[in-house]
Amino acid sequence: MEAFTTHTGRAVPLRRSNVDTDQIIPAHWLKKITRDGFEDGLFEAWRKDPEFVLNRPERQGATVLVAGPDFGTGSSREHAVWALQNYGFKAVISSRFADIFRGNSLKNGLLTVVLEQPVVDRLWELTEKDPTAEITVDLERREVRAEGITAAFELDENSRWRLLNGLDDISITLQNEDAIAAYEAKRPSFKPRTLTV
Amino acid sequence: MGRTLAEKVWDDHVVRRAEGEPDLLYIDLHLLHEVTSPQAFEGLRKSGRRVRRLDLTIATEDHNTPTLDIDKPIADPVSRAQLETLRKNCAEFGVRLHPLGDVEQGVVHVVGPQLGLTQPGTTVVCGDSHTSTHGAFGALAFGIGTSQVEHVLATQTLPMARPKTMAITVNGELPEGVTAKDLILAIIARIGTGGGQGYILEYRGSAIEKLSMEARMTICNMSIEAGARAGMIAPDETTFEYLKGRPHAPQGADWDAAVEYWKTLRTDDDAEFDAEVVIDASELAPFVTWGTNPGQGAPLSASVPDPASYEDPSERLAAEKALEYMGLRPGQPLRSITVDTVFVGSCTNGRIEDLRAAAEVLRGRKVADGVRMLVVPGSARVGLQAVSEGLDTVFKEAGAEWRHAGCSMCLGMNPDQLAPGERSASTSNRNFEGRQGKGGRTHLVSPQVAAATAVLGRLASPADLSDAATTPAGV
Ligand code: SF4
Repeated sequence: MEAFTTHTGRAVPLRRSNVDTDQIIPAHWLKKITRDGFEDGLFEAWRKDPEFVLNRPERQGATVLVAGPDFGTGSSREHAVWALQNYGFKAVISSRFADIFRGNSLKNGLLTVVLEQPVVDRLWELTEKDPTAEITVDLERREVRAEGITAAFELDENSRWRLLNGLDDISITLQNEDAIAAYEAKRPSFKPRTLTV
Repeated sequence: MGRTLAEKVWDDHVVRRAEGEPDLLYIDLHLLHEVTSPQAFEGLRKSGRRVRRLDLTIATEDHNTPTLDIDKPIADPVSRAQLETLRKNCAEFGVRLHPLGDVEQGVVHVVGPQLGLTQPGTTVVCGDSHTSTHGAFGALAFGIGTSQVEHVLATQTLPMARPKTMAITVNGELPEGVTAKDLILAIIARIGTGGGQGYILEYRGSAIEKLSMEARMTICNMSIEAGARAGMIAPDETTFEYLKGRPHAPQGADWDAAVEYWKTLRTDDDAEFDAEVVIDASELAPFVTWGTNPGQGAPLSASVPDPASYEDPSERLAAEKALEYMGLRPGQPLRSITVDTVFVGSCTNGRIEDLRAAAEVLRGRKVADGVRMLVVPGSARVGLQAVSEGLDTVFKEAGAEWRHAGCSMCLGMNPDQLAPGERSASTSNRNFEGRQGKGGRTHLVSPQVAAATAVLGRLASPADLSDAATTPAGV
């Protein structure tokens, strides 16, 4: 996983609430067996509309998505995170994320930042008025900065440490191999098994 | 202080706990399917890792599988490639797989319980958000992403921060004709699609205790639609009864030890939930959705709401967008909405009791002209059971299509899809834009409402049919 320390980029204001993962990446894209090449599927249905914000020339190359509340609800597909990353997004800001989506994003190094809705409103206003306005997402200081706006955000220390160092979960867990084996040794025999081994 | 059911199961699975870190949880059962596993196996391969516990892992094919001509090669090359990838991965790593055509094949959340693998007090994960279904047994079961699938394959554990707990207490009795599906749709409409975020839900109260195992699965299945990753119901005699004798249920002394443990899995009287919602079952009625998220629902007797009536601007906007997409007008009675397609199936309502309920309504009746009805068992076993009871004949005689097991029209990944603008009454769990096919419009309903809707060609409950029967023709 790529480390995330601080990122500055232009924004895409997405004034929609309850954007579910079916909208982020429709089901037919889920047939792919790789982690890349999902960028064209991102918001596929909405992108048919030339006026959709992502299609506007002034939004090309933007890397910070500022979305409405309850972003990433619905299906657990990690493809939603890959699609956002493949497209070029480094961070998503919303007042509320669905749990699974948030977990998936942090595991892949896409920083999901929770800010209060009034701050999101101000970021929308700013970036709608001035498409060249940049937003800085600073994970070291846990702060979002844009012209006239400085807002602290919360992220648990553990997730932050993993993101800052780009650490992969599996290697961290495997450092506790002994604890796993000890737990397995005392599991009751009535627990279900899929194979008779 | 006492502990809740969720806390007990959680605590029993902590492999490692350290200050400032998520708990490392042991996973008792890992279910796999073709969609969310390829990148996980690829990750294992790249890092030279193996599957740690093959005996706690099982795979089936469901999302991409066709429900017709299952003996022929799969037409869509991309779907075929994904299924072949699963087969290759399972063979290479040694994972038990039930492929298309196998008698144990089916939707992953129907297969686990039916094999008796889903048991009280276990942790169950799958790369699919409806893993919450398994919580009906008092298991802690939640959907995970592909990185986590890889993590569980490699370590049989997951680092997780403990969610809060919410009690959903349903008192009283469900009125005649009101089902578990109506109840969960009403719960979601009440707490909202984000209401359960950050919580494990525990459904309790007298109305829940009376439900069958399958009805409990319908409820827990849709916990994710309320934003919760997991929903649970305390195991009781109904649970033990369901499990006894299933292929992977404990036997002999193990069974006794298991039941003794399972009986401890109840929320203590002095335990505290972080939140509680109380619902009176007797006030409920058949419930349908009118919008494009599962929280946008109303009793069947109601009308399409007016977006202007919402105070919250984002809800108002969401309702406006939903009505536009759904092609509905404010004030239109829900019962006047005509449908093109009716789908009975999915991990929400594709089990035998659901098929029986739909068949009961259809027996001796006909699907309305111009309406296509698909009946898709949740698993091959459910299909066999239905055939042995003659339900397939009831469906076929009514003019419905009887299909092979799979996710089918629950999502647009296989050949069963809605055409743009087509409208369906569906027993599945998501009415998102395009979920059942690009431009398709979905109304979520119970199996009973689905069947009655098929007969009348418009949203209806079985009660409307007896009216129809006693009303002179032409009125
Ligand atoms: S039936 Fe539908 S919700 Fe259930 S696993 Fe299949 S696609 Fe997902």
